[in-house]
Amino acid sequence: MNNNVIFGINGPVITVKGPTEFKMMEMVHVGKENLVGEIIGVTEEYTTVQVYEETTGLKPGDPVTGTGNPMNVLLGPGILDNIFDGIERPLKAIEEQSGAFISRGSQVNSLDDQKEWDVTLKVKVGDKLNGGEIYATLPETQIIEHRLMVPPLISGEVVEVKPDGKYRLFDVIAKIKDEYGVEHELTLCQKWPIRTSRPIADRLSTSIPLITGQRVIDTMFPIAKGGAAAIPGGFGTGKTMTQHQLAKWCDADIIVYVGCGERGNEMSQVLDEFSELIDPKSGRPMTDRTVLIANTSNMPVAAREASIYTGITLAEYYRDMGYDVAIMADSTSRWAEALREISGRLEEMPAEEGFPAYLPSRLAEFYERAGRVKTLCSDNGSVTIIGAVSPQGSDFSEPVTQNTKRFTRCFWALDKSLAYARHYPAINWMESYSEYFNDIDPWFNENVGTEFVEDRTRISALLQEESSLMEIVKLIGSDVLPDDQKLVIEIARIIRVGFLQQNAFHKDDTFVPLEKQLNMMRVILHLYDRSKEVVAQEIPISKLLALGIFDKLNKMKYDIPNDKPEMFDDYIKEIDEKINSII
Amino acid sequence: MLIDYVGVKEINGSLIVIDGVKGVSNEEIVDIRLDNGTVRQGRVVQIEGERIVVQVFEGTRNISLVNTKTRLTGHPMEQALSPEIIGRVLDGAGRPIDGLGEIFPEKKANINGTPINPVSRIYPTNYINTGISTIDTLMTLIRGQKLPIFSGSGMKHNDLAVQIVRQARISGATEDNFCVVFAAMGVQKDVAEYFRKSFEESGVLSHVVMLLNLSNDPIIERILTPRCALTIAEYLAFDRDMHVLVIMTDMTSYAEALREFSSSKGEIPGRKGYPGYLYSDLASLYERAGMIKGHDGSVTQIPILTMPNDDITHPIPDLTGYITEGQITLDRTLQGQGYYPPVSVLPSLSRLMKDGIGEGFTRADHQPLANQLFASYAKVIDARSLASVIGEEELSPIDKKYMEFGKLFETRFVNQGFTENRDISESLDLGWELLSTLPRSELDRVDDELLDKYYRG
Repeated sequence: MNNNVIFGINGPVITVKGPTEFKMMEMVHVGKENLVGEIIGVTEEYTTVQVYEETTGLKPGDPVTGTGNPMNVLLGPGILDNIFDGIERPLKAIEEQSGAFISRGSQVNSLDDQKEWDVTLKVKVGDKLNGGEIYATLPETQIIEHRLMVPPLISGEVVEVKPDGKYRLFDVIAKIKDEYGVEHELTLCQKWPIRTSRPIADRLSTSIPLITGQRVIDTMFPIAKGGAAAIPGGFGTGKTMTQHQLAKWCDADIIVYVGCGERGNEMSQVLDEFSELIDPKSGRPMTDRTVLIANTSNMPVAAREASIYTGITLAEYYRDMGYDVAIMADSTSRWAEALREISGRLEEMPAEEGFPAYLPSRLAEFYERAGRVKTLCSDNGSVTIIGAVSPQGSDFSEPVTQNTKRFTRCFWALDKSLAYARHYPAINWMESYSEYFNDIDPWFNENVGTEFVEDRTRISALLQEESSLMEIVKLIGSDVLPDDQKLVIEIARIIRVGFLQQNAFHKDDTFVPLEKQLNMMRVILHLYDRSKEVVAQEIPISKLLALGIFDKLNKMKYDIPNDKPEMFDDYIKEIDEKINSII
Repeated sequence: MLIDYVGVKEINGSLIVIDGVKGVSNEEIVDIRLDNGTVRQGRVVQIEGERIVVQVFEGTRNISLVNTKTRLTGHPMEQALSPEIIGRVLDGAGRPIDGLGEIFPEKKANINGTPINPVSRIYPTNYINTGISTIDTLMTLIRGQKLPIFSGSGMKHNDLAVQIVRQARISGATEDNFCVVFAAMGVQKDVAEYFRKSFEESGVLSHVVMLLNLSNDPIIERILTPRCALTIAEYLAFDRDMHVLVIMTDMTSYAEALREFSSSKGEIPGRKGYPGYLYSDLASLYERAGMIKGHDGSVTQIPILTMPNDDITHPIPDLTGYITEGQITLDRTLQGQGYYPPVSVLPSLSRLMKDGIGEGFTRADHQPLANQLFASYAKVIDARSLASVIGEEELSPIDKKYMEFGKLFETRFVNQGFTENRDISESLDLGWELLSTLPRSELDRVDDELLDKYYRG
């Protein structure tokens, strides 16, 4: 039956001659080693296959076999606390099979099918079940309950249920009969094509912020749960570091971390750090709520292209259970370059900078999969996408950055000169923006206090003012400025050094609760208000600076522990006392 | 079984097209025999049915449509490996040219290698003491790291590389398990000779494997040179448990060879004519550094690249910076002022530094000190640009202090003799000494406890 054989080979792209029965985007096995590939073009003369593994040694005449299904991933318990490559092959199992170097054509199951899970059935015979509804639960890790859902496209009446107990991945634990009388077996897992988004009941508004504990993000440029953010920055500006911080501290239930075309040593750092790091809320290792997808830069380029879709599909699966999921994609530029590379092999007409003309639509498709939704089981869940962008030559006008900007509503621009001065996170406060203010400000007013939004507005106004003053200072020096403008520069310096700058390696400063963020703003603005009084009385600003209070505020992020907010009142008192002494 | 294919269909640059070939596999090596008896090697780069495109390593000069006989070898490009390879001199394709005979291989390995499973990697945390203040203090080199030197033509990157090789003290490395793999790509004969001499003088020559693809050697062979070098390095590190330092110079020549090859193949060019897969291609080299669980050895890479027109945003340094774990950037102005090594501190970085320094590795004050030096030196640059507008006289007193600090930092901290080997605590103390020339209130990256201990202003 199978007479499809390789005709031509060009890098990761191979062709099969003659008309074939393959479908577009069907998953195929190529060659004697069964390399994984995908159909990306079908004509009467040729079928084009993109191969996800190194093609060295393939020969014309080697077989190409179809699987009949599009590229899909296996969804079920065992995803968490695991590390996969771009097409959901578990790297630990590959290591056991082929050692420290990844060999080709590894045939390993995506998920462990021997492990027994403690399943609790939630349905009984006669129940009507629709797609997406929960029929059983099991503890996947100590903190995450895995909810088994009927595959979205199936519904019907339960005709058989197994008792609670220990089951393995492919054990049938229930059967349902649909309206045509066809019986469907429900196991602990299901498959889903990676390029199709999973269905939902409804979209909800993005009205809750994703709390990250990073001041410059939470206060100045917050992101909503279900939102999408881009972090563009040249090399060495701290994209990866920012992503790590967000993955560690943001208040999502599940983290999907996609290392797409990044460094191998960095991935091993993530592995080490996350397994050592204890989640403050649950007291369990971070890995209990994390899944890593590692397709390092030297792993095959086609699998890099797929890794982003694999990641988002896993994220959607957990969203459907009713969890808040955050997916970090580091970096989407590598993914775009993979598109370009494959497009070049297909000899497609290039658009801007050699990228294919469909780059914007692919980016849009990806970022549209973010959102806060009502799931098919009537729960609320969300997928937040945080995508790093590595612009070529640090030039934000290049196509990937520009197109990403159109589809994300949060833009955290990393700045080379801030990074050079080791101001981390190097998020430039003049170039960055967030469009979620209107959506989530009511939440801040209700949960943190109305001053939060007011103080933020004042802080950003001060930074704006400083920036225009600095233009003058750059030309003629700061000595010529009047004292009230000098004061703005001094206060802005506290905001920059004492507030925006945050030390990821300091035990208190690495994560700062919103209450402390608010208090810090309050103290800084109080100092500003009182200092204005001093300046108004024409007392020289040097006298004010000599009080030592400005330096003290720069270090309050270290000096005040996160759990002692009452200390801020002492600071206010001290400011008042010292300033009263010179008025 | 062994069929000779007579003649070629087409010749285009370094590529030849042969028709009617059966049973060929992708990336296979072929021997091309000319009618004058010389044999060249080539690699299959594209297959379309029975029509294959072969890249000829030694170039296509003298090849006509009728004067060749081509034979398939049945295997991809392989490097002969044996412990005796240490101390040898090889050509760009990994064949001995030192007249000491063939290498008797213990094993052969595909030069393309296979990616290291991220799960099997050990996250590198052991620092390498290079004895150079700027590198040790501000961009610490870590065992298993890839840290390139971004330089420009005429700058002292070769001296710096030689000094690093001579002074590097790798923890766990002894006389017996330390070696250097040196890959020269498109460098001049006298540069290669300089390295050889320097290795000889510092007594490491017997621990060096040299691969030489000089500027007049075939360009296409240049694409093989780093791959052969890294295959040797991986063998020595992971089969023989040695600590290997790989120096590759000049990556710019390598990328240009790749561009030439790509354009002769008629591929759609990306930025500045470089192929769209330049990132993946460079990554397949740079990612072959690191350490693996269960093995004692390590591969540390120091690639050297000359930035065309000193432009750090040029695709080669740009893509390199996105793959490597930091960079050491050299600066022409510093070199012009006579400072050696002319390391431009601000754009330099070591990403692995944070976990390899501090208590237990170097000294507890290392990281805060480094942060403060970076922050203070950044202010020096601001003060200088202001001074160039309004004149140094008009600067505020604090800016003047920064100007002084900048001068001292460059003359004493950055500037260091070619033979001067500074201990890490010597470098750190020097850093504190210089910071002490600034008012204490300016040092906002260091906490009071450290200031009490080290600040002497």
